[in-house]
Amino acid sequence: MQKFSILRMRKWWWKIASAVLVVYTIVAGFLMPVPRLDILNETIRNLYFHVPMWFTMLVLFTGAFVYSIKYLRTGDLMSDICASQLTYTGILFSVLGMLTGMEWGQYTWGAAWSNDPKQLCTAILMLIYFAYSILRSGLRDDEKRAKISAVYNVFAFAMVVPLIFVLPRMVDSLHPGNGGNPAFAKYDLDSGMRMVFWPANAGWILLGVWIATLNIRLGFIRYKRESVL
Amino acid sequence: MTKTALTTFFILLMAVSAVQAQTEMADTMRANGKIYVVVVVLATIFAGIFAYLVYIDRKISKLEKEQ
Repeated sequence: MQKFSILRMRKWWWKIASAVLVVYTIVAGFLMPVPRLDILNETIRNLYFHVPMWFTMLVLFTGAFVYSIKYLRTGDLMSDICASQLTYTGILFSVLGMLTGMEWGQYTWGAAWSNDPKQLCTAILMLIYFAYSILRSGLRDDEKRAKISAVYNVFAFAMVVPLIFVLPRMVDSLHPGNGGNPAFAKYDLDSGMRMVFWPANAGWILLGVWIATLNIRLGFIRYKRESVL
Repeated sequence: MTKTALTTFFILLMAVSAVQAQTEMADTMRANGKIYVVVVVLATIFAGIFAYLVYIDRKISKLEKEQ
């Protein structure tokens, strides 16, 4: 079991680091000065909480992609457990990102759902990953489920890149950095915000990975019990 | 007298409009210190989540040792 690098992360220091970073985000995110922008007003602080959800989702899906390929190369069911639990945790963060985005949009864009290209693309992406969990629950045989879902996961991750990084940038969007809107770099130029934004991402990514490792370890225990019986 | 009153009135009016011209932010809330209440509440919620995660982590470690 020790050969899985993700489990070597049983150490505590990075879990404490995630807590310190997120608490710092909450305190500094509320109290540090932010640029005064019309319409956005204080909601610009949502950037510290909404965007890290997507960053965490991306990291978790990337991990799932790596473990899916690892499974296809080795045929080791432990890699399949890693890939599936990373995906499930990623789905959790995508739901959180979508909900926080809709809440933010309700008060700044005027509607929770405005058919923004980025909203549509992430909705499609979420459906692709929802289908992954349905696909897995529909297959009973371990080997078959692992193989089919690993192949599916590789294709699903191949859709992440065009859906999140390419398509929304090709059309006009309400999101910053798309079409005629001010770029993300505009916020980045504000060094005060950058001092909160990047630690926020690091903290939430570590927290997401922690939750995923907990799920993976549970998956291992479950698997061992089933194989003993 | 009326001149002074009028001047004062216009200065006040200008001051008010100058304040209104600024983008509205929750400055008073932060100045009053009430925003700290929100920070404390959120920090408490996160402390709870963190403690729960630690609890689950240790529980799983125990289960792993049993096997």
